[in-house]
Amino acid sequence: MAADVKPFIGSKASPHQESEAEELRKEHLMLDPMPRDEMNQMVMEAMTTTTRKWWAWVIGLGLAVAVLLFGAWGYMIATGMGVAGIRRPVFWGIFIVTFVFWIGISHAGTFVSAILRVFKAEFRRPFTRAAELMTTFGLAAGALYPLIHLGRVWVFYWMVPYPNARWLWPNFRSALVWDFLAITTYLLSSTIYLFLPLIPDMAMARDRSSGWRHFIYKLLALGWRGTEAEWFRLRKAISIFAYAIIPVMFSVHTIVSWDFAVSTVSGWQSSIFGPYFIIGAILSGVSAVVTILYILRSTMKNMDYFIRKEHFDALGKLILVFSMAWAYFFFNEYILSWYGGDAAVKQVLTLHATGPSAWVWYTMLICNVAIPWLFLWNKKVRRTPWLMFIITLLVNVGMYAERYTIIPLTLGHQRNPFDWGIYNPTIIEVSIALGTLCLFIFLYLIASRFIPLVPVWEVQEGQMSHTLRKVGKTEIPSVTELE
Amino acid sequence: MTELLAKEAHDEKWGMVIDLDICSGCQACVTACSMENNIPFVGEDEMAYGRGMQWMRIRRYWEGEYPEVTPDYQPMLCQQCGSAPCEPVCPVFATLHSEVEKINLQVYNRCIGTRYCANNCPYHARTFNWFDYEIPAPMNSYLNPDVTVRRRGVMEKCTFCVQRIVKGRQQASAEGREIEDGDITPACAQACPTDAITFGNLSDPESRVSKMVRSDRAYKELENLGTEPRVTYLKGGKSYGG
Repeated sequence: MAADVKPFIGSKASPHQESEAEELRKEHLMLDPMPRDEMNQMVMEAMTTTTRKWWAWVIGLGLAVAVLLFGAWGYMIATGMGVAGIRRPVFWGIFIVTFVFWIGISHAGTFVSAILRVFKAEFRRPFTRAAELMTTFGLAAGALYPLIHLGRVWVFYWMVPYPNARWLWPNFRSALVWDFLAITTYLLSSTIYLFLPLIPDMAMARDRSSGWRHFIYKLLALGWRGTEAEWFRLRKAISIFAYAIIPVMFSVHTIVSWDFAVSTVSGWQSSIFGPYFIIGAILSGVSAVVTILYILRSTMKNMDYFIRKEHFDALGKLILVFSMAWAYFFFNEYILSWYGGDAAVKQVLTLHATGPSAWVWYTMLICNVAIPWLFLWNKKVRRTPWLMFIITLLVNVGMYAERYTIIPLTLGHQRNPFDWGIYNPTIIEVSIALGTLCLFIFLYLIASRFIPLVPVWEVQEGQMSHTLRKVGKTEIPSVTELE
Repeated sequence: MTELLAKEAHDEKWGMVIDLDICSGCQACVTACSMENNIPFVGEDEMAYGRGMQWMRIRRYWEGEYPEVTPDYQPMLCQQCGSAPCEPVCPVFATLHSEVEKINLQVYNRCIGTRYCANNCPYHARTFNWFDYEIPAPMNSYLNPDVTVRRRGVMEKCTFCVQRIVKGRQQASAEGREIEDGDITPACAQACPTDAITFGNLSDPESRVSKMVRSDRAYKELENLGTEPRVTYLKGGKSYGG
């Protein structure tokens, strides 16, 4: 027995080595295990603590959603699309920009959760759920826009393929119908994918709560008892979904990009739009994960145990890589379009960089390329959460500017100079866009006190498979392959 | 074979020829179109912001440097493309090709207002009902009973005065004959003081439009996009003036 073996002379760990192991534990959540029940209690506590400040935010945001989003939207429905600033030739404005933005944000959850799960990136464990929630709520905010931007929203269901008295189907050649189908598929599959890993945590919460919470968790836990057979099936289901949702994720933003790429608009007709949009979506999504992790860490109880500097560090590296990939696609798209020599495309590209709205284009380049490249190579910056918060916010500002450049600024300068036009967003449009931001934060706030934001079982599973092993005189973290 | 050709000649494929060399840019066509098709007036501010509802617009260009400038006019309307970019993008089939007249139809009560068609139209020929526009008295007495009025949130555009095409066909059939060249005149062609707009059947090789389309001066707008426009412009260079 290993415990019986006496240490031979001289193998006594020096204080230096001990502190090294201590440092490793402090650094890595996976090497810093905690008794299971204590951890469960920590998560339960984080979930059930509601401060006065939290209530103030919830009420404030709820009011903001009611006024900014539903109030303004209702006013627009009652009055007409004209209360938005769009005009000929810019028929799509802030609404579609924000739509693409939210669909982009929603890619984070799947990317972080499914791809990192498939590749067994261990640092993902504590924040997969925070990211998956972003997917669901980002889609909830984004999926409103195909309705908001309709001239006659009260007949939106004509886009749905359903058997009707007129025997009319939607036009399956239209990219908007593809969009509709892709987004509903993604919403459905990502919600299931959010729910599956939630089941054991729901059971955990069920066993540690009473009253209405107990009742709801009991329903949502689906009678989970934690038997071997249940775990086997759950792992299988999660694994199937993790693989299956990746192509769905890729398809969604590709199809969103096809809304533009299949058109005749010069500057949109680009065969690289699919991957370009996907990379942009992942860049903005992963950045948003960091933004949210920072907020969770600084506002929720016990979160600094789960979310550590190592996570900001790892995600920072990912953002740097995706910023580089984004820049590659951007310049590839830009330079080849320019080289193509089409007069109208050239005109569009020139006006992006020199026209009256060129500041949007420069904002995009500074926030998406310059800032990540200048700062994120630095480990110190990556490990400073508040700096990461600012950088990731700026990346998303840049991604918003990218979509703004692609949509209204490109539409405004088409082939015929007589039809050129500048688009000015109105207060109603901006209010609706802000309203969906409030809706996103509102839903997130509610969810943070309702479901365990940290997938406890995944963290515990990870901690069980990680150990510090002694090799010679040093301690080396090692991972056991679980599946 | 001759039978087939004869049948072809009686098929309808409506087209228009606009002679830019004699167009004076007077906007009579714009006015006539607005009256014929119940197009609302949006007011000065909205018009200046680019929300005019005209189905036909005069694009005006200046050539040369001030003060030595010559104006250049081009009436722009829906080109009734044979391969129209607006059609495949509509999710609900609100814009589609008519099998008889071979023109693009806009089904107002099917339209849900995605405005995708308008973005995708390289001619910017489509106009959107941003609001419910009131047609104040006594102008409402001018409303054309043959043309439906549109509500807010739907797209609209030039129809080649499809109501006149239908009327002409009915007239001819009542008289027991085929439609003849010149039977049908859209409002813009009727109002043009210089007779710059000619309308007719392109599948009849002897019609006036078919002859004019074969002119050396003929060109089609943005034909390189493969839209197969049914509107042909005639332009012979600067010597013709205007």
